[in-house]
Amino acid sequence: MGRLSLNQRAMLLSLVMLVVALLIWEAAIPAQKAVGELTEYERLTGGGAPKAGVPPPSQVIAKAWAELSNPFYDAGPNDKGIGIQIGYSISRVLTGYVMAAVIAIPLGFLIGMSPVAYKALNPFIQVLRPISPLAWMPLALFIIQDSEASAIFVIFICSIWPMLINTAFGVAGVRSDWVNVARTHELGHFKTAFTVILPAAAPTIVTGMRISIGIAWLVIVAAEMLVGGTGIGYYVWNEWNNLDLTSVIFSILMIGVVGMMLDAAFGALQRAVAYAE
Amino acid sequence: MSKPYLSIEHLTQRFPDGQGGTLTVFEDATFGIEKGEFVCILGHSGCGKSTIMNILAGLAEPTSGVVKMDGFEVSGPSLDRGVVFQNYSLLPWLSTLKNVSFGVAARYPKWSRAKVLEHSRDYLAMVGLEGDVIHRKPSQLSGGMRQRVSIARAFANHPKLLLLDEPFGALDALTRGTIQDELLKIWGGTEQTVFMITHDIDEAILLADRILLMSNGPYARVAESVEITIPRPRNRTEIIEHPNYYAIRNHLVQFLGQRSKALSGEPSGGEAQRPAPVRIDKTAEVAGDEPHLRAVNL
Repeated sequence: MGRLSLNQRAMLLSLVMLVVALLIWEAAIPAQKAVGELTEYERLTGGGAPKAGVPPPSQVIAKAWAELSNPFYDAGPNDKGIGIQIGYSISRVLTGYVMAAVIAIPLGFLIGMSPVAYKALNPFIQVLRPISPLAWMPLALFIIQDSEASAIFVIFICSIWPMLINTAFGVAGVRSDWVNVARTHELGHFKTAFTVILPAAAPTIVTGMRISIGIAWLVIVAAEMLVGGTGIGYYVWNEWNNLDLTSVIFSILMIGVVGMMLDAAFGALQRAVAYAE
Repeated sequence: MSKPYLSIEHLTQRFPDGQGGTLTVFEDATFGIEKGEFVCILGHSGCGKSTIMNILAGLAEPTSGVVKMDGFEVSGPSLDRGVVFQNYSLLPWLSTLKNVSFGVAARYPKWSRAKVLEHSRDYLAMVGLEGDVIHRKPSQLSGGMRQRVSIARAFANHPKLLLLDEPFGALDALTRGTIQDELLKIWGGTEQTVFMITHDIDEAILLADRILLMSNGPYARVAESVEITIPRPRNRTEIIEHPNYYAIRNHLVQFLGQRSKALSGEPSGGEAQRPAPVRIDKTAEVAGDEPHLRAVNL
């Protein structure tokens, strides 16, 4: 054991914990009663059908294998592959998120540069920020009159605040020495913004972007449960209505995996723009 | 009287003192710096040295008074006035080379990229930074190396006036000595006009042609202008043997220790406050004896 690196030991421990947890889960599921012991009455009232229960992990793994080996099939509105559903969700998240970034980052820049704008806009931001994104849903549906666009709007409204606040905070906190370097080198406003202030504030801005994408991914599941039609959130709710708990558990895991990948992508971006003073 | 290259006229700085009144840091300060001259300014903390420097750099506005360079009034920061800040002020996300080259590119926008990089490398080499080091980030450099980069950045831009704000204040004594030598070497090869703030008397004597002495604030004055009558090239181990060294040093210590306090606190009454020129030269007396010695030999 002593020869393994810290990472290798941690990985080994993770695997052990996973296997133990799966075994406990598997053992905790009671076996279905055999059909042969049923009375005729029970058979007539549908008692012969297997009772819905929490599926054992072996079933979930089998389901995952089946779904992931053919992720992009499309057999009508209620039967689409997991890849297609996740694709819908990601495209909604990215559309709303990019719209939010396009507004929040330049606006945050201006707010950060101007103490007056910072103070003037702060009360609005503080009131709008804590509103649950789903609370906007009825208003969005009424005004936009389109469920798809409303879901994107909800993503937009929840992603904008962390990016706006972090950008303003990062820009306002740029060390005056660095701004003085730009000034003594006669860099113009745009040159200063792009070559000094943006790289100086980038770690804070990207932190805001990372928080935003996390929130957006949390919110899209709930939003799709409401608007229906397509997406991973709709898929979960649809399988719940089908009482297919195997699929529910499988899709919950997929939500986690996709969220982790989105976060990892922004983690990598964060490392790319980080600097040590 | 011809105007000096850099002329500071009736410079006054007042700040609100936080109780409704005003605090006058200095008023009607008037002095000049010649082209190619190395001038150090010495004084206690709070006498307004840094304020004068920020005004010269264009980073701060004086309450009244003007700064003229080459006959033109200056306002705002400019590439003509390079600044080396005490805390180096390197951009931490850029490599050492890029920290220098972005300044060169700003100064000479028409140069090709290759020429900008070559010029930057040359100046980094002048302060002893060559090879892999120039691709490191400032956080991977020691304090002394960072200040070298900052000095290279300033010299590479050929400013008309170079402003050094306590450039060695944060360095240990040994590193400080080495970089002072490098600064002298790089300055010796140019016609660079330098204005430098320091707290270190020996450093000022080693580097400067002239030392401006400031009395304490408020109502601080640039009270004296002491000529350093020690010939160049100077060397830290040899100048202490020079007959003028301790005479000048004692004069400076005396000023900072006693007279800087005695001279402070008097409003100017609108008069230009010019520093009194001071020249201490023991060699002149020795030279006077020479004919006599020669006569003996005959």
